Amino acid sequence: MNFEFSEEQNLLREQARGFLQDNCTMKVVRAALEDGETFNADLWKQVAEMGWTSAVIPEEYDGLGLGYLELSVIAEELGRTLAPLPFSSSVYLATEAILAYGSPAQKEEWLPKLASGEAIGTFALSEKQGQTTPSNLNTTGGDSLSGVKVPVPDGDIANFCIVVAKSQSGDGASLYIVDLDQAGVQKEKVNTLDPSRSHAKLTFNSASASLLGTEGEGWAGTQNVFNRAAVLFAWEQTGGSDAALEMAKEYALGRFAFGRSIASYQAIKHKLANMYVKNTLARSNCYYGAWALSTNAPELPLAAATARVAGIQAYYFASKENIQTHGGMGFTWEFDCQFHYRRSKLLSVNIGSEAQWQDKLISAVEAA
Amino acid sequence: MDFNDTKEEAAFRAEAVAWLKANVPSADELADLNLMQQAKFWQKKKADAGWACLRWPKEYGGRDASAIEQVIWNQEESKIEVPATGVFSIGQGMAAPTMMTWATEDQKLRYLPKLANGEEIWCQLFSEPAGGSDLAALRTKAEKDGDDWIVNGQKIWTSGAQYSDYGILVLRTDPNLPKHQGLSYFFLDMKSPGIEIKPIKQMSGASGFNEVYFTDVRVSDAQRLGEVGQGWQVALTTLMNERASIGGGSSNAGFKTAMELAKQVNIDDKPAIEDKNVRAKLANWFVQEAGLKYTGYRSLTALSKGEIPGPENSIGKLVGAPKSQDLASFAIDLKEQAGIIWEPGEDEMDSLFQDTYMSIPGLRIAGGTDEIMANIIAERVLGLPQEPRMDKGIPFSEVPTSSKS
Repeated sequence: MNFEFSEEQNLLREQARGFLQDNCTMKVVRAALEDGETFNADLWKQVAEMGWTSAVIPEEYDGLGLGYLELSVIAEELGRTLAPLPFSSSVYLATEAILAYGSPAQKEEWLPKLASGEAIGTFALSEKQGQTTPSNLNTTGGDSLSGVKVPVPDGDIANFCIVVAKSQSGDGASLYIVDLDQAGVQKEKVNTLDPSRSHAKLTFNSASASLLGTEGEGWAGTQNVFNRAAVLFAWEQTGGSDAALEMAKEYALGRFAFGRSIASYQAIKHKLANMYVKNTLARSNCYYGAWALSTNAPELPLAAATARVAGIQAYYFASKENIQTHGGMGFTWEFDCQFHYRRSKLLSVNIGSEAQWQDKLISAVEAA
Repeated sequence: MDFNDTKEEAAFRAEAVAWLKANVPSADELADLNLMQQAKFWQKKKADAGWACLRWPKEYGGRDASAIEQVIWNQEESKIEVPATGVFSIGQGMAAPTMMTWATEDQKLRYLPKLANGEEIWCQLFSEPAGGSDLAALRTKAEKDGDDWIVNGQKIWTSGAQYSDYGILVLRTDPNLPKHQGLSYFFLDMKSPGIEIKPIKQMSGASGFNEVYFTDVRVSDAQRLGEVGQGWQVALTTLMNERASIGGGSSNAGFKTAMELAKQVNIDDKPAIEDKNVRAKLANWFVQEAGLKYTGYRSLTALSKGEIPGPENSIGKLVGAPKSQDLASFAIDLKEQAGIIWEPGEDEMDSLFQDTYMSIPGLRIAGGTDEIMANIIAERVLGLPQEPRMDKGIPFSEVPTSSKS
């Protein structure tokens, strides 16, 4: 039994944590909220230079050719520090889609730039409120692509986007790569619950597009990319949950009421113990997800859904109860509790809500 | 990451499997034996071949094996059909580690090998009517009389008292000292004159526990473990070993059985499994079971490396027991009005959820209530302070109690 990260991977974790603690402080996160700096280009450059954006890209495309266990380690630390970076859009979604379905030419065009951080990619599915399915997609693809996608994570700063468009054949959807720096694309920033990660409305008006993968296999492709991303997002959620617990603990220890530290009251102790329980379940399920992702195991859909549901539940609970533990100051603008509360909601809907993943989990059990 | 054995572990597993295959008791061997005799037969057979209490030193009946080897043995033994040996678990799992730490060498050589081979069964007498979660509030007293102590009082929740040969117990030897300081720890012969054992009937109808009454029971001072007044410290050795074994299974209703039921019963003329609400609930229970399973894998990895597992395993009972309760309750609801019927049938699922529903409240309390488990996580894992205590530093005899508050 070797169900643990290696020494090298733990070393990477220490480096990542140290770097982010120094360079991605709460001040940086707060700047995204208060000054509209939703993208810290300087931080992005440093992260790329350390090889994080190129971690899973093969060496032939200028990547480091590391594995998904390494990427899991990085994801957890990015989640812990609430990094205001387009990392998940570019790495977990765009890079994964091109690695899985790109033609040699598409890989040649985008992977080296994704590896170096020079290009930022993203993934556009949602068009309106409610669950998106092939039957309600309105975006149409082909050599030119038209439609409206909203919200698109990092849509205002990304250079290109993987767009899910309607298809008349196969599973009802196709994937397209669309360069966002062209006349046929209109970008409009949208306000969201979590301004530390920017979002946009993208309007495509006969934009030139290139088919990614096979026509009519885009829905299966989307599910595959989301399954892989779900594990990495779950690691971000686990990192965030731990940070929220740590924040609640520090505050409770230092806050006195009725003559003693509120951390000595069972009402608070049990709240924090429950956070620890949920965080531990999420972390252990993430381990399994990371194993499945790193080995391309057939168990991935089940492992991903399990990690995703656990991650959503742990982060929502930890972020709301962290505010509760802080009392009145917890819901002020001045305190940092709000950032985890905002981020937990973003991460709970970004690639499908909890209910969708609970449903997928049972489907995966039924298929096994 | 992988789930494979190391080379040494694989070799050990092969050795264990080979012995088990060659020695699994045949139906003939067990035919004329009752359950207790079957347990003793199998335990003796294992002990004679060096496969009992693997972690213990050889001179006390063990094998000098590592923690991961013990786990591998447990895994392999659980895969084959052998007599259940749960009757030995309290003696081997709690009494023995305490004896190993606190008993004299002569006592260890006398008692441990017979604990290992199942010849003698031990029970644990800690809880009292007035001392449950607050165990140190126990009142059963021991008064010195020459080389003996005279014991009077009552213990409760004692599993296996009726068939045990020996018991470990904590007694109040000085009520005028503060709570923890007035305790001493002993072991005694359960057949001693003055001991009366009465089974407790649980709401499930089963009787897994007893009340044990002591009336002028004599215990030799030579059977004291630790110094007079050191009983709490000795008890902590016992309690540290009172934790669920890693990766242990459970016979309670779980995800698999609830999923199976959801395929069999209908909601709106369609199988319940197609209902989104049912799927969401099942998914949550799957997430909890998987989370515990992989937490166990993380602990096994630490054992495999010769390290001590982290605190993450402390969540097991706190997650597992409420989960089983909610799952059983929901499964009964799925059966609608027929869910109230509690009759064993040919199908295990005829009564499984009702059995669990009626027995699981006990699991949320035994071995540390949910609330105590949460306190343990808060204090020992997260490092949060204890609640202030009203009984600190004052003689035990002056502590407010339920009858004199």
